[in-house]
Amino acid sequence: MAAPMLRLCCPGRRWALACIDGCSRHRRGAPNGCTSSRKRGQSSVAQQPFITAQKPRKGEHEWAAVVGLEIHAQISSKSKLFSGSQVHFAAPPNSLVSFFDASLPGTLPVLNRRCVEAAVMTGLALNCRINKKSLFDRKHYFYADLPAGYQITQQRLPIAVNGSLVYSFCAGKNRSQVINKTARVKQIQLEQDSGKSLHDDLRSQTLIDLNRAGVGLLEVVLEPDMSCGEEAATAVRELQLILQALGTSQANMAEGQLRVDANISVHHPGEPLGVRTEVKNLNSARFLAKAIDYEIQRQINELENGGEILNETRSFDSKLGCTIPMRDKEGKQDYRFMPEPNLPPLLLYDTESLPAGADPQQVIDIDRIREQLPELPSVTREKLVQQYGMLPEHSFTLLNEVGLLEFFQNVMKETRAEPKKVTSWVLNTLLGFLKQQNLAVSESPVTPSALAELLNLLDRKAISSSAAKQNWKRFR
Amino acid sequence: MWARAWRLGLRALVGGRRGFTCKADTKGSGRITAEVIEHLERLALVDFGSQEAVARLEKAIAFADRLRAVDTDGVEPMESVLEDRCLYLRSDHVIEGNCAEELLQNSHRVVEEYFVAPPGNISLPKLDEQEPFSHG
Repeated sequence: MAAPMLRLCCPGRRWALACIDGCSRHRRGAPNGCTSSRKRGQSSVAQQPFITAQKPRKGEHEWAAVVGLEIHAQISSKSKLFSGSQVHFAAPPNSLVSFFDASLPGTLPVLNRRCVEAAVMTGLALNCRINKKSLFDRKHYFYADLPAGYQITQQRLPIAVNGSLVYSFCAGKNRSQVINKTARVKQIQLEQDSGKSLHDDLRSQTLIDLNRAGVGLLEVVLEPDMSCGEEAATAVRELQLILQALGTSQANMAEGQLRVDANISVHHPGEPLGVRTEVKNLNSARFLAKAIDYEIQRQINELENGGEILNETRSFDSKLGCTIPMRDKEGKQDYRFMPEPNLPPLLLYDTESLPAGADPQQVIDIDRIREQLPELPSVTREKLVQQYGMLPEHSFTLLNEVGLLEFFQNVMKETRAEPKKVTSWVLNTLLGFLKQQNLAVSESPVTPSALAELLNLLDRKAISSSAAKQNWKRFR
Repeated sequence: MWARAWRLGLRALVGGRRGFTCKADTKGSGRITAEVIEHLERLALVDFGSQEAVARLEKAIAFADRLRAVDTDGVEPMESVLEDRCLYLRSDHVIEGNCAEELLQNSHRVVEEYFVAPPGNISLPKLDEQEPFSHG
């Protein structure tokens, strides 16, 4: 199931606490899993959290980690960024490919209006400054799934800059303390996705499917304001919720609609930042925090043993639970950026600057888009707290579980019971049950109506509380 | 050391960078080293082939260098010759695709409607493994 694993309680409350206190200060400890060996079957992976809380030794330095993220979100549109072929997840190979996507000579890019609107919406939701003029560039590198040999992106002047992503997580003994954190958004840019490579090691070949080539992506670059895996994972989760609320991306990591690369470095507090490594292809919410924490610990261990950190690109091996250097990525890449000669600058307007008599199809009005922005998750949570008097951390859980908010609202429609009662039943009884049975909300055997009926009976005192709990068992 | 010479040279070649005022640069003797050639060949997969070609490249760079004689202080760089043109916005409808058969005809090898490629990038042989300008 695609349930986000970034729940606010991690395995063991101790872990969450250790993270909050120790997030910016990491202690020495061996990362479990691989040591130096990269061969499979030689390292034993212990089932423990990655940063073992050991007693600090005398005279030990404290370490601070910084984590920056580059998040690629597939834009939810019918057709691709620069061509009219369809955007769809599962389709016969190479059936959703136009001549432009296959980079046949003589084809030219034509910008999709919906993708621009999606970028503006996302920029506004993240408090960015929308650049009224932005430019497209070519980023050159060779790989079989990039038929043109370059990717059209926005390196010089992206569409939105200087925003912020506010995320919160619950800490403290009962997770009752809500801590707000902010990660600065450096920029948001429009760019093309590449095709898909399927590696056939047996026959020493790679099979290329270009269905994904040319799909519009929003790259959201977050400054290195995060200090551990959990913070990064929570920030990504919040961004996911925002994108889903806006409708600009379905942001489903399992389907590859949201991909995260992390830039990680460690240093002693007060000293300059260390050399950073890039960990690519973190495509699962579950492994995002793990991979980042592993890499932080790996860097600390390396430096404490007198080694040095190479500015390299690594990927996360989920089976071994460690990061390994990526092949084909040695040394610094030179992308030879140049302006995209086939696309004029992208001009956006607001109500003031809108040219009179302009074709509405051909102009984009930032103010109009701002007026029509859907409700953001933070506002939804605030309304829940105000309307139903629920605790903030409950509003987080309601939004974090896919479909749970809708379930809750449907129950509220059909019941006269007190909101606090409904909240308690939905978050504790229902959710606890679903988690135990490993079911998504959509797979719940109990419908909102059924729960509403049960709660009504309880409310009318037609049944007792213990009878209600008994009845609950019968639903299963 | 060669990296600077390369950057100097490439600035004129690539052309798309921001307009730096390059009055302070004096390194431009115009010679392109073998390391630069190797780097370019690896990046762009062009084959310089012969000493003649390198000399031609050096002449081209020297020619473009004359641009630096122009004082561009306070002048906004031109990003695109299309800067007066309107960027056409296409509405989001599906109008192409569904031509897998046609596209696959372009490929030398095909496996079940997939293009076939080697397992990874095949790097050019390193400088010392290459024969110096034997071709071209």
